[in-house]
Amino acid sequence: MRIDKKTKDNLITYGIVVAAFLLIQVLASTGHLSSHMKGLLVPMTYYAIIAVALNLCVGILGELSIGHCGFMCIGAFTSAFFSKLTEETLPGGLRFFLAFVIGIGFAALFGFLIGIPVLRLKGDYLAIVTLAFGEIIKNVLNAFYIGYDSKGFHFSMKSQMDLGLEPDGDTVINGAMGIMGTPHDAGFTVGIIVLLISLMVVLNLINSRDGRAIMAIRDNYIAAEASGINVTRYKMMAFTISAAIAGAAGVIYSHNITTLTASSQYFGYNASIMILVYVVLGGIGNIRGSVIAACILYLLPELLRGLNKYRMLIYSIVLIVMMIVNWSPKVIEWRKRTFGNLGIKKKI
Amino acid sequence: MALLNVTNLSISFGGLRAVDDFNMTIEKGELYGLIGPNGAGKTTVFNLLTGVYKPNEGIIKLDDEDITRKNTIEINHAGIARTFQNIRLFKQMSVIDNVKVGLSERFKYSTLEGILHVGRYRKVEKQMDDEAMRLLKVFDLDGERETLASNLPYGKQRKLEIARAMATDPKLLLLDEPAAGMNPNETKELMETIALVRKEFDMTILLIEHDMKLVSGICEKLTVLNFGKVLCQGETKEVLSNPEVIKAYLGG
Repeated sequence: MRIDKKTKDNLITYGIVVAAFLLIQVLASTGHLSSHMKGLLVPMTYYAIIAVALNLCVGILGELSIGHCGFMCIGAFTSAFFSKLTEETLPGGLRFFLAFVIGIGFAALFGFLIGIPVLRLKGDYLAIVTLAFGEIIKNVLNAFYIGYDSKGFHFSMKSQMDLGLEPDGDTVINGAMGIMGTPHDAGFTVGIIVLLISLMVVLNLINSRDGRAIMAIRDNYIAAEASGINVTRYKMMAFTISAAIAGAAGVIYSHNITTLTASSQYFGYNASIMILVYVVLGGIGNIRGSVIAACILYLLPELLRGLNKYRMLIYSIVLIVMMIVNWSPKVIEWRKRTFGNLGIKKKI
Repeated sequence: MALLNVTNLSISFGGLRAVDDFNMTIEKGELYGLIGPNGAGKTTVFNLLTGVYKPNEGIIKLDDEDITRKNTIEINHAGIARTFQNIRLFKQMSVIDNVKVGLSERFKYSTLEGILHVGRYRKVEKQMDDEAMRLLKVFDLDGERETLASNLPYGKQRKLEIARAMATDPKLLLLDEPAAGMNPNETKELMETIALVRKEFDMTILLIEHDMKLVSGICEKLTVLNFGKVLCQGETKEVLSNPEVIKAYLGG
């Protein structure tokens, strides 16, 4: 079978992920990884996943969203809610699978609903409104109290006391305290599998008629309409898929920690902008670049902890260097001259 | 029966009647020219025909089907494809992908099949590739299938835009100043391309153009617009020798 260039490119991307996974497994089993490093592996996968999701929105659809952590938050909470409820009744594997489906389902639903008003806007306005929606999701979840007892579910947006639970009742979502004791179903292997699935969905989408329609809208929506492309439909499709994948990242996140809270650190706009940094520095529209950038830029500040005071200084220098290497025309020219067409960054 | 029938078409922007009582009939297979001074309303007519603007009055019929109030997408599906005065290609996509975007309403598979690359995906993609290459060959672009559209030279970008429009399998092709910004050689080549498109696809073409050599060389009929109104209409030779047309547009 003849393998065309795009398929080859995609296979290289999957190959890099699998190779990295195997390498880390070998290192871990031979005892070369500290427990601190092991703890960083799962976050690395979910940041890579959400970077892929955001690149679909920013690089392929061409709409700047800085609220993607909101979708991650929805995926995290809905799936953790489900897992918590069924912790005793369902076996681990099935429970996580269902939680996963519920997480991405709800994230996709919210992506769709939020997409309706947001995608009428363009550029900066769209970015600001997505940012607002991201914050709204986080803050509303911070005020949610849901519990259940023999009479069924109780819901309040005031306080835990207002739930009026019976003494043996159980609080599932406890406002700003979040969801406690989600089962640890998602490890590094699950994270890598979900990353591979996300990559497959996005890369295959790009090489299909829907993907081409989405990129056509990015490049010139007037010409896309004149070519018979239903602009609204394809924008919604890309935004919804992007939200769903962000939700998948949230599912991994919530099933890897003990206490899930809708905190600013993980779901605020700072987090969203950090992921945007991964996408921009990995190359807008370059899916492989997003994965690599997310891994490097997530691990770097953690690995530099030893340097203490100089940590953020080095981090920012790395950001600047990556930006120059990936975007400066002169450097790209030099890179091509020196390394041939190995090109780290290829526009799809 | 006429392929395109436009009757009493009018549109106002505020107090300005940009197009006023415009009538035009194009028979199948004709190459029709729309000329006139700058600001006469030529591109506005194109935008009315393709649903970018909705007319205040008038009826547009394509193949006896009323398309007056339809939107751009529906009109494209009904059978009108266009190019733009300032080239609008999908710049970050390859030449063949540009054409395949045009093909995507004719060759279909579901989103799920596209995401999983299963089912009809391979077969339909193969058909699309073949069809796209066939089109690119006609426009002599088949050697550049993987080139980014933005890296093509100007003349070829124009050609690619026509190829993309042809990919939607239109009944009527609208070309908005295809020779704009071209040197005499490129214009000559473009005239050959347009003639080829007519022959190869049996296409009906309506074009806006300022290059009189091109207009008198290939158009069979002309409509001259001036201040939104039809000044003169008919066979190319007669129109170009009409004293009013000479006074308003041609000069001399």
